[in-house]
Amino acid sequence: MSETILEVRDIHKSFDGPGVLRGVSLEIREGEVVVIVGPSGCGKSTLLRCINGLETIDSGEIRLRGEVISGRTRDLHLVRQKIGMVFQSYDLFPHMKVMDNLQLGPVRALGRPKAEVEREALEMLERVGLRDKAQALPRTLSGGQKQRVALVRAMMMHPEILLLDEITAALDPEMVSEVLNVVIDLASGGMTMAIVTHEMRFAEAVADRVLFLEEGVILEEGSPEQFFHEPKTERARRFLQSFTYAARRNRDGIQPKNNPGD
Amino acid sequence: MDGSFILAHVPDYLSGAWVTLRFGLYGVICAMVLGLLCCLLRYFRIPVLQRIAGGYIELARNTPLLVQLFFLYAGLPRVGIRFSAEACAVIGLTFLGGAYMAEAFRSGLESVDRAQVEAGECIGLTRGQNIRYVIFPQALATAAPALFANVIFLIKETSVFSVLAMMDLMNVADTLRTSGGRTVEVLFMLVVAYLLILLPVSALATLVERRLRYAGFGNQHSV
Repeated sequence: MSETILEVRDIHKSFDGPGVLRGVSLEIREGEVVVIVGPSGCGKSTLLRCINGLETIDSGEIRLRGEVISGRTRDLHLVRQKIGMVFQSYDLFPHMKVMDNLQLGPVRALGRPKAEVEREALEMLERVGLRDKAQALPRTLSGGQKQRVALVRAMMMHPEILLLDEITAALDPEMVSEVLNVVIDLASGGMTMAIVTHEMRFAEAVADRVLFLEEGVILEEGSPEQFFHEPKTERARRFLQSFTYAARRNRDGIQPKNNPGD
Repeated sequence: MDGSFILAHVPDYLSGAWVTLRFGLYGVICAMVLGLLCCLLRYFRIPVLQRIAGGYIELARNTPLLVQLFFLYAGLPRVGIRFSAEACAVIGLTFLGGAYMAEAFRSGLESVDRAQVEAGECIGLTRGQNIRYVIFPQALATAAPALFANVIFLIKETSVFSVLAMMDLMNVADTLRTSGGRTVEVLFMLVVAYLLILLPVSALATLVERRLRYAGFGNQHSV
């Protein structure tokens, strides 16, 4: 059994009002891909944001490789160097070329030599099919290209775990697969990931384990085969049904109008 | 208009312009440094100091430069603090300009998307690194028009230096007017002199703003 990378124990989080996370626990092992699904507002994004300290938790504990990382403030940047995160809105640095976006973290935060980082960045860009965009500014890229660069930017830090927060939600449909294929490629390479997504077919393709979150608690947990085909709870079944269309338009009796000669 | 009078007094105006430009620039540079400092004190919410910076900004923005200069030049000597006229000019302009520069920097910093701050945090930058490499360059791009407007404003405000008996453009013109009486020529040259100094600054501002626009800051969600 591989080592536990991330351990979340009974975390609670509320903003003003009812709890967004109400006692969530999970464990992610090395190389494992955990997909978190659930209706909007269920706390999925908040859960990811709590893991790398973008939100503070009210109670509970988060450990990275056994080391408590929740509740830290002073050296939070050291924790974040080990946790990669990619957002829906890409958030590339608009004033920097792609290469500078990729180099900033490794060179400034980790202090690695620039030439070595540049070589690695080019290899990574090659891998996602964007080597020719190294000197481009982000605004000249398509949404799908930006998101692939954002994935590479996170990977350049060699994180222990990668958190993906609805990374295809802002993309035009034809760009979704170019991004998700990169994620599947990373997963195949052994990257540990926690993924929040609304792309159910992608979730099924990439997940080792699926968590169904609703109203701040994990209602169901299982393998993708089990969760997507035989969900245990009624809530999960209804959630999955919302991605299909039960009703079909009745087309009977509609005659083509433009052929009076028939 | 008397062309020979104008030609004869070009050297006076040149020396006045030199005083205006030199002390104007000293003031502008010091004001930028002070403004940046105040803005960062408030941005990082440094206890006590952020309050002092806030109080200073209100004081400086809501009192006229003329009053500030009188205070420095005529008021402080009464309590034994004496500065030369030139020092008063630079201190006064810095005092006034620092507040305006601080507000311009603040508007820039506040315009930077929260998501950019988080993106910087997510690659493990320290707060200082995040400010330096991610936030500040974008803030500067947004603040550029306001900063340039302040530069022009401060250089114009140097016309108040004549109360310190400094021979800046304004005082040169005033002296010529009261001694010779050629009001039209004197004021015409004064206007031209200010334009010659400030039009290049305006042109530079336009150029920089256009280049920043082409560089495509902000609005990265489109495409």
